[in-house]
Parts: sequence; structure tokens; C-alpha cells
Amino acid sequence: MPPLMTLLASVLLLFGAALLFVAAIGLIRMPDLFLRMSATSKGSSLGAGCVLGAVAVSAGDLGTAARALAGVVFLLATAPVAAHMIGRAGYLSGAPLWEGTQCDELHGHYNALTGTLEGLPGVEPAHTPGAAES
Amino acid sequence: MSLAGIALGVAMPLGLVSLLLALARLVYGPTLADRVVALDMIGVIAIALLAMYALATGQPAFVDVAIVVGLIGFLGTVAFARYVERR
Repeated sequence: MPPLMTLLASVLLLFGAALLFVAAIGLIRMPDLFLRMSATSKGSSLGAGCVLGAVAVSAGDLGTAARALAGVVFLLATAPVAAHMIGRAGYLSGAPLWEGTQCDELHGHYNALTGTLEGLPGVEPAHTPGAAES
Repeated sequence: MSLAGIALGVAMPLGLVSLLLALARLVYGPTLADRVVALDMIGVIAIALLAMYALATGQPAFVDVAIVVGLIGFLGTVAFARYVERR
């Protein structure tokens, strides 16, 4: 392997591992479910993506590099979806917010019985089963 | 010792410490959603550790294992999130 590619793979590997470590520290230190999620979903996906990129750079053949890059694409496509679903589920199940939270725009607008938003300007009332059609 | 060997020797313990920190959040997480976040993080760290192991051993089959672990971890996270929401 050429020395420049070895250097690039080592730098990518160290950067990815450092990002994973920072994301893990954020997971421990952040005071709130949503702050923890914002630390882990960005930091860990980019960190693991960099490590897979190091594999792709230092791979000998094209097939291994293509598989590692496919793993990067899959990781970057699924991490925001997973984070969105966990955040939505955490908010709707009543996870406590940090006491320093400045703004909670959904506060008081979510009806837990029907599962709809109400009282927000610009939001149409959602169609609920059993409601009369007009 | 080569440069790639030194980088692997630094990166793999860092990944292991990150795994232990995420495990601590999985054990002490106050709510169920915190535990799901920690589990998602553990899955991503497992992907990174498998990729590092593929580099260390020179076996490209571990890259396939990393992709499969990522797929299963995503499905598990989505299923857990639906469960937390519907509970």
C-alpha cells in the first residue's frame, strides 16, 4: 500500500475513534434525553463512517472498498431516521426536559388521547377516525 | 511498529472505552428512551469496532458483518421506538 494511503487511513481511523469517544462522553455528560441524542446521533454516525472510510481506503480490492462505502451510506441514511423516531417517542412518552430549556413549542399543544396536534396556528386539525366529514 | 499499527492500537481502546460509557448509560438511564439511545449508540460502536477488527486482521468478511449489524441495529431501534411510543 502506498505510504500516503496508509497515512490517510490512519488519520481517518484516529479521527473516527476520537469522534466516537466524544459522542460517548456526550451520552454520559448531557443532562437531557434530547441533548444526549443530539450528541450521539451526529457524533457516532460520523465517527463510525470515518472508521469505515479508513477500511475503504486501505482495502486492497475494489469489492471491499465498495462494501465499506455502502456501509457508510447506509449508516448516514439510517441514523437521522432512528434519532427522529427515538426523539418523537421520548417526547410523547413524557421524558423530562432539562430545567435550562428555553423553548418548548409543543408544550400544551399535544393531545395524548387522540395523538394529534391542536391549537397551533397554521396546523390543520388532523383527520381522526370517527370524526364527521364536512 | 508501523503507522497503521499505532493508529489501530490507539483507536481500538478508544472504541472500547466508548462502549463501556454507553453501557453505563444503558444501565443508569433514567427513562426507557435513554436506554434505547444508549442501545443505538452501542450498535454504532459495534460497527466501528468490527471495521477496526477487519483492518487489524486483514479479513474483509468483517466488513459484511459490520453492515449486517448496522441493519439489525436500525431495525431494533425503530421497533423499540414504536414500542416506547405506543406503550
